[in-house]
Amino acid sequence: MLPAPAQKTDAPPALAVSELSCGYAGTEVLKRISFTVQKGEFTAILGPNGAGKSTLVLALSGVIPLKGGTIEILGRELGRLSPKERARRIAVLNQDSELRFPFSCREVVAMARYPHRKRWQMEAPGDGEAVDRALTLTDTREIADRLISEVSGGERQRALMAKSLAQETPILLLDEAVSGMDVHRKLQLFGVLDELNRTENLTVLAVLHDINLAALFCRRMIFLKEGAIVADGETDEALTPNILEEVYRTRVMVQKIESIPGKKQVVFLP
Amino acid sequence: MNSPSSARTTSRSRPRGLLSPIGLLGWAGFILVILLAAFICSGLGTFKTSYGSIIRLWFKPFVPGIADDTGDTLSYIVLHVRLARICLALLVGGALALAGAVYQGVLLNPLADPFTLGISTGAAFGASVAILFGLGGVHLMGISILPAAAFLGALLALYAVYLLGSVEGRINLVTIVLAGIIVSTFLSAMISLLKSLNEESVSTIVFWIMGSLSGKSWTHVLLVLPYIAAGAIFILCFTRELDLLSLGDIQAQQLGVNVQRVRFQLLLAASLVTAVAVAVSGIIGFVGLVIPHLVRLALGPGHRRLIPAAIAAGGFLVLVSDTIARTILPGGAEIPVGVVTAIIGGPFFCYLLLRRKQMLRLR
Repeated sequence: MLPAPAQKTDAPPALAVSELSCGYAGTEVLKRISFTVQKGEFTAILGPNGAGKSTLVLALSGVIPLKGGTIEILGRELGRLSPKERARRIAVLNQDSELRFPFSCREVVAMARYPHRKRWQMEAPGDGEAVDRALTLTDTREIADRLISEVSGGERQRALMAKSLAQETPILLLDEAVSGMDVHRKLQLFGVLDELNRTENLTVLAVLHDINLAALFCRRMIFLKEGAIVADGETDEALTPNILEEVYRTRVMVQKIESIPGKKQVVFLP
Repeated sequence: MNSPSSARTTSRSRPRGLLSPIGLLGWAGFILVILLAAFICSGLGTFKTSYGSIIRLWFKPFVPGIADDTGDTLSYIVLHVRLARICLALLVGGALALAGAVYQGVLLNPLADPFTLGISTGAAFGASVAILFGLGGVHLMGISILPAAAFLGALLALYAVYLLGSVEGRINLVTIVLAGIIVSTFLSAMISLLKSLNEESVSTIVFWIMGSLSGKSWTHVLLVLPYIAAGAIFILCFTRELDLLSLGDIQAQQLGVNVQRVRFQLLLAASLVTAVAVAVSGIIGFVGLVIPHLVRLALGPGHRRLIPAAIAAGGFLVLVSDTIARTILPGGAEIPVGVVTAIIGGPFFCYLLLRRKQMLRLR
């Protein structure tokens, strides 16, 4: 997928965030946060509204400038990557997208091949395969030739998921990407991510509202609150009433699921 | 879910792009239609002539002696007056439609075009100022100063519209067109004032503000051709970025587009192309607005096909409009070509607006 980066150690981490501060005019949203994500991890970023989760995704994907600290992606500093190099390393699936022009779903998915092409290259080798594979994985082959403006919200979100997969990056960020989906599709998409994570070592970092979805699929949880990391650890250790009550200011009950050993679910109590 | 192997067998390897057989056929058709239109239009006008002699005159450079029996006057009218004007109409129309497609794609605004953004008026203002100070015929290092003045005017208008139309540093879709109309109205009043001070007749002013190709020659064609060709080639290098911009700034950036820089470069290129077109033709409205929408309806929104097709269709529309403008009144009088494009374009755009709101995605 990626030409092996110049390796200092055996394997540089997928993401190394150190003392990161960033925000918008006047307000600092993230306050000196640090964490490292190794290749092949499946991590959830959780926290209440306004904790800085989406800002973190924007910072990691190079959309907003950093106010302090550093981000390294696969051993290279974010600021030293060209936009296309960055887009070959990290893909983002957003909550929703407002498409202004009536492109077909397939055309939108094919846009993800942009960072792999040179300017005058009509099609880079592997473009067709990557698009077909992404459409198959997300079960969007049937809607591929329909206009993205005319499919349902859930279908559009799956097409955008296909777009992110067609980008063929070693790291995938999700920003509330399944919020509008029904349970079946949510589980189906996370099933695909889980499989890619296991078979192809895809590093997944998912901003999620649905803590129980995170509890089922993510092996690590990072809790953000007011721009700082409150807790960071393996799902089994991080998913405790103490941490959850601190983050969400709500009484919670954490239960083991009998049918799936090792998995827990959270019930928020009134 | 499906296995990858079954996926490959069902995959359609639809030939796409400009160089597929169907694409080539389409382009050949386009060129034929334009050649035919140029041919028909060159036979229309106060000076009557037969199409047979036009063919002979057109082929005179290739077949020596074919048009020896045609008179000098006819030869001059067909080859110099009409053919130059036809070429200029194609260039100006293509440039305006090209700029419109770029403005709509870059600003993600279906109402954006050189006219509604005030760029055309800005260019006309720049050119008027240059003419007022007697710089119209001045050449700097062999290059006429008029397109440069028009370009400066266009940049001024673009900057003003950008300042007025952006809210907290972001371009607001509604206010930018509003700003364009304000800038455009103001500058067009300024043009009228400048021209009145210069003691030009009202009709010259009208022809300048409503656009006219009257009395233009090969000099004008050669004046605008390099700029429009350069602008078009530059923009054609950015068709993929234009596609990606329609995902919105954030997603385009996350896919590796340097959004700020690409947007700036494309706005400059479109403004340059607009400015040189306006410098020779005045303000011709509606072409940049209607043509991109029309082409998008026919060919889809992909800019790889949209841009070249918009150039061809824009050229065609202005050619036909200009022919109507110079032939519709009896006795050789002309009406401004902008009047014709507005009369054709206005109702057509209303039709689009009413019937295809969804396709235009006006919200």
